Amino acid sequence: MRKIEENIFKVLMILSTIIISSTLFMIVYTLFARGIGSLTWDMVSKIPEGGFYIGKGGGILNAIVGSIYITIGSTLLGLLISLPIVIYINVYAKRNATLASITRLSYDILFGIPSIVYGAFGFAIMVYMGLKTSLLAGIITVTLMIIPILVRAIDEVVRVVPEDMSNAVFSLGGTRYESAKIILRQSIPGIVTAILLSFGRAIGDAACVLFTAGFTDSIPTSLDQPAATLPLSIFFQLSSPIQEVQNRAYAAAVILTIIVLIINIVAKIASKNLSKNKI
Amino acid sequence: MIIQPHISIQDLNVHIGENHILKNINLDIPDKKVTSLIGPSGCGKTTLLKTMNRLLDRQNDVRVDGKVLVDGENIYDPKAEVTHIRKKMGLLSQRPFPLPMNIYDNIAYGQRIHGNHNKKELDEIVEKYLRGVNLWDEVKDRLKSPATRLSIGQQQRLCLARGLAIEPEIILGDEPTSALDPISTQAIEELFMQLKDKYTIVLVTHILRQARRVSDYIGFVYMGEIIEFGPTEEVLLNPKEKLTKDYVKGFLV
Repeated sequence: MRKIEENIFKVLMILSTIIISSTLFMIVYTLFARGIGSLTWDMVSKIPEGGFYIGKGGGILNAIVGSIYITIGSTLLGLLISLPIVIYINVYAKRNATLASITRLSYDILFGIPSIVYGAFGFAIMVYMGLKTSLLAGIITVTLMIIPILVRAIDEVVRVVPEDMSNAVFSLGGTRYESAKIILRQSIPGIVTAILLSFGRAIGDAACVLFTAGFTDSIPTSLDQPAATLPLSIFFQLSSPIQEVQNRAYAAAVILTIIVLIINIVAKIASKNLSKNKI
Repeated sequence: MIIQPHISIQDLNVHIGENHILKNINLDIPDKKVTSLIGPSGCGKTTLLKTMNRLLDRQNDVRVDGKVLVDGENIYDPKAEVTHIRKKMGLLSQRPFPLPMNIYDNIAYGQRIHGNHNKKELDEIVEKYLRGVNLWDEVKDRLKSPATRLSIGQQQRLCLARGLAIEPEIILGDEPTSALDPISTQAIEELFMQLKDKYTIVLVTHILRQARRVSDYIGFVYMGEIIEFGPTEEVLLNPKEKLTKDYVKGFLV
């Protein structure tokens, strides 16, 4: 009887694994099947020419560059803000449990807020500060969206660093700042995962950049110029009634997927090299 | 009986939250001797050890009253500088925690955070203290490999060397052999015997045989109080107090 029960659940587990894995495979397959024909060198090396959205020549270099600028900019800015927050609640405010739990709760809430709300909020700030749609506004808004992801993900790994690790630093006469550096070093693989998560969210999000970064056919050369992004580029092309333009949308999706893949692989290798001294 | 106390604990009371963990502790730790603190689990001996280098400060809701004098200086004086106090003591915890860096950097770490970046001096210090814990011959060819690749016994000796490399006067051991196999335990015990000429050693231990082998003095802690303190043989073989007698009974047979 117990054997039968186990087998039933085993079948269920295998089935759901197959369904989920094949969904992933189908997504990738659909993208490639529809996009590969339009994925030419022009796509990744040229900006849109006149009439690009009705089937004329050009590419989406503007969106690739814009997306990379915004994603890297906001990930760096987000890390710069998130790391001190995590260090503060885990090392400095350790004895103030209320502060730490209020901080964690608020980031949990912010984590669940849809990105369109961040987009609207970013837009409001932009109007208030008198900014136009620009790369800077896009970076700020996306940063706001990914900070909760970074804080929560890094906090999870920093919290599990054993107390004795920081005690070892303290008993050598180290300061809290020195123990924080050791804790971060110990948490590198988790921090890399956090960066990957936020990078994925940042590069794939359309709602945040819709009102703030704007869209343009040229490559931004300074922070106050508008910037195109891949998700919006996909959206505009996919809304076209012309089959050829729609196919280009899938090609753009392939490019987006490949960028995410490359970042993932590079980050995994970097994390492995950086964390070889970890316990 | 004790001529020269190195650490002198006076009227120490420790509360953690509502609990009165240590009660009216008065204890003189003799200079350049091994002193063991024995007692049942949860009696407060680890807490007592942690008051000596103020690691206890790190916990929530801790209140410490009384004085702990190290070389005549009260370490709980509000003006006392905690990093300076801790630099005087090397701590060996129950399980070794090598820092996430290579073997060389682990030993050099303490010197570096205290401002010594002289490559030549660091090389000498690393070799000296790795030799001091009999680890040099085992690791001299792989100083740049992660400290975590070492066996747990080697890691504990590494942690001891790391503590010694900041040139402390006192070594605090919190059951430093409880995670080790018998051979590594023996290695650590022998090190303590060698080191007691130069350092004052305070050891928390569960193992009465170990306390007898390595220590000159024993303090018996029970329910947050020092029940008895005296030379090792006296406390273990001729305990004056009934509580001590009951605790060391197993040892006598």
